[in-house]
Amino acid sequence: MAITPPSERIWWKEPIAKIELSWIIIAFTWGLIMFFMMIYWHGAGEQNLSNEAYKIKPERFAEHTQEMIDAYTVRNESGFPVVHPPAGDDIYLTGRLYNWWPILELEKDQTYRLHLSSTDVQHGFSLQPVNINVQVHPGYDLVFTIKPDRAGEYGIVCNEFCGIGHHLMVGKIYVVE
Amino acid sequence: MSNNTEFRTCPTTGLKVDLAAEKLIKVNAVAAVVFLAIGGLFGLLVALTRWPEVHLLPADFFYLALTAHGLDVLLVWIIFFEMAVLYFASAVLLGSRLAAPKFAWAGFVLMLVGAVITNIVVLQGKSSVMFTSYVPLKAEPGFYLGIILFAVGALIGCFVFFATLVVARQERTYQGSIPLVTFGAMTAAIIAVFTIASGAIILIPTLLWSLGYVANIDPILYKTIWWAMGHSSQQINVAAHVSIWYAIAAMTFGAKPLSEKVSRMAFLMYILFLQIASAHHMLVEPGFSSEWKIFNTSYAMYLAVLGSMVHGMTVPGSIEAAQRSRGLNKGMFEWLRKAPWGNPAFAGMFMSLVFFGFIGGISGVVMGTEQINLIMHNTLYVPGHFHGTVVAGTTLAFMAITYYLVPLIFRRELMFMKLAKLQPYVFGIGVAGISVFMMGAGTLGVSRRHWDMQFADAVLPFDYPSAAFLMMGLNGMSAVLAAVGGIMFVVVVVGSVFFGRKLEKDEKPSYPEVPPQSAAVAQHGSAESLKIPGTTMLVAIFFIAFVLYYFVNWKYLSEIWPLS
Repeated sequence: MAITPPSERIWWKEPIAKIELSWIIIAFTWGLIMFFMMIYWHGAGEQNLSNEAYKIKPERFAEHTQEMIDAYTVRNESGFPVVHPPAGDDIYLTGRLYNWWPILELEKDQTYRLHLSSTDVQHGFSLQPVNINVQVHPGYDLVFTIKPDRAGEYGIVCNEFCGIGHHLMVGKIYVVE
Repeated sequence: MSNNTEFRTCPTTGLKVDLAAEKLIKVNAVAAVVFLAIGGLFGLLVALTRWPEVHLLPADFFYLALTAHGLDVLLVWIIFFEMAVLYFASAVLLGSRLAAPKFAWAGFVLMLVGAVITNIVVLQGKSSVMFTSYVPLKAEPGFYLGIILFAVGALIGCFVFFATLVVARQERTYQGSIPLVTFGAMTAAIIAVFTIASGAIILIPTLLWSLGYVANIDPILYKTIWWAMGHSSQQINVAAHVSIWYAIAAMTFGAKPLSEKVSRMAFLMYILFLQIASAHHMLVEPGFSSEWKIFNTSYAMYLAVLGSMVHGMTVPGSIEAAQRSRGLNKGMFEWLRKAPWGNPAFAGMFMSLVFFGFIGGISGVVMGTEQINLIMHNTLYVPGHFHGTVVAGTTLAFMAITYYLVPLIFRRELMFMKLAKLQPYVFGIGVAGISVFMMGAGTLGVSRRHWDMQFADAVLPFDYPSAAFLMMGLNGMSAVLAAVGGIMFVVVVVGSVFFGRKLEKDEKPSYPEVPPQSAAVAQHGSAESLKIPGTTMLVAIFFIAFVLYYFVNWKYLSEIWPLS
């Protein structure tokens, strides 16, 4: 029994049943398939994080964001500047207690280099309803290229607990034709 | 040396039981159940708040309750119970005296003091930083101090376990190799040492930071090391509850492992590869290369997952082989149909096995895939997954073995047998519901750790799809069901331990029955003729479900915005 010492003292020389051995081989092979699937997707898939990231002072990141806001704000909405940067540009989104700053307006099927960081604690960038979720850290600038492929209005929820106003932290991205 | 040690002989199993070990098993199990009750209550409050139509607690109490829930059930209940498992698997199963019972008591007291301190600090309301306490969110110093004391206590328990293995070997209390269950417990203890060391490395500086002696803690560094504790501690649970599956199979059916070698290799895979799971939490963070992510998140090409998949066959396979050798040979599933479904230990164990594999296991591998994590990270899918592993898997297994511990270690007749028979089903189905509906809500984007999915007070409006609200309602109902199952468990166990009829010396309890003599399966030379068609079918269903679900999620991923 499993609660008593093995009945065969030399248990490591017992043969393995065929059925067990077959399952080990199948499960091992499946593991390899799943492993190489991730590598394959880096070449063939369109959804990968580049892992481009920089250390940055929170104030510096806030300045970058402000420069973009100053240059490309097109209107205001509920106290948020709505920024329409040129296609292909570096764009900045700051997570802070308790909003995502500013509102971005992007063009469909254009690419942008999105910079994400926080100026206080950790936040969770959760773009809905596409359901893209990325962790946002203070002191780190995470950069990835996005290509919005459907026009519409998208919400950004904060999905990392950041404080008592966590559930108030909503942002917005517009994708226009 | 062992002159002062008193033993008794268990009339049901014939095991020699060190009374000092027995007492320690009792106190650790009682402390565990107390914290399960407290933490479970917090969990119910959380679920009732996240049920949009109920929305029970105000925001500050919600975040407080969620912090306490995570700490009390994920850490305190499980580790206390694991201490009981370690002492049982060493001293009792090896028929040895427990090494250094005084140290074991010191460990117990430290754990208790630590758990109480952290609970008090959390209830004071200034440390609602969640179980993970990601810097730079700051809790009161007592929050970290309590966890550190608790961890040091647990570390002492692990060393008492190792010392007992040495004592048993030196005093020749058993022949040959240690039992498989003890081997599994040893796996858990080895992982626990790694886990606690990681915890100390990160929590001690964090305590100093909270006290003002350290200026700054890097959030990425914190998260990486914190999860070397946080995720690895869940691997302690896996090793412990898999050991319990084997133990219950042995104690109920006299089941023998199909192959000692295969089952032990599978545990060895846990020791070698499970610890690198910290990466599961770093897949969408800045500062890591994809090479690092892919290697670590897959536990080195899924070798630890392989270990679990092997146990997934060998545990039911050993039950099937034992049942068949007893003549339950008709068709593919007579052995399973005629299994003792009215025995709560077996029912709980088997549901734990199925739910852990199908719900917790598959979702964990899928979510831990580097790119797929993008569509799941920090959504409710994550707690959906780990309620499948830690509650439907670990907690259900721990509850199941408790039904054996009460008569055999506490020496009390089990009370409310009818309630006990229903309990694993009520709790199991409730928890399976919690897991599945949270995963459903997460797939629809709903955030975890979030007070208001309607965003009523937010400046900018946002609406989740209506299906998400349905999911959260169903989740709330499942949580109520699970809470009822939890209360049933506490009533049966606490009632029996304090008010159940005391068993006379050498009296056999009416439950559980004496396990049948071990069936002649997997004897040397007979392995080639082993027939377990029912288990083969179950494993095939599992495998097909796994493959389909895995690729369905790649399909979901391929539909989001292109990003690189």
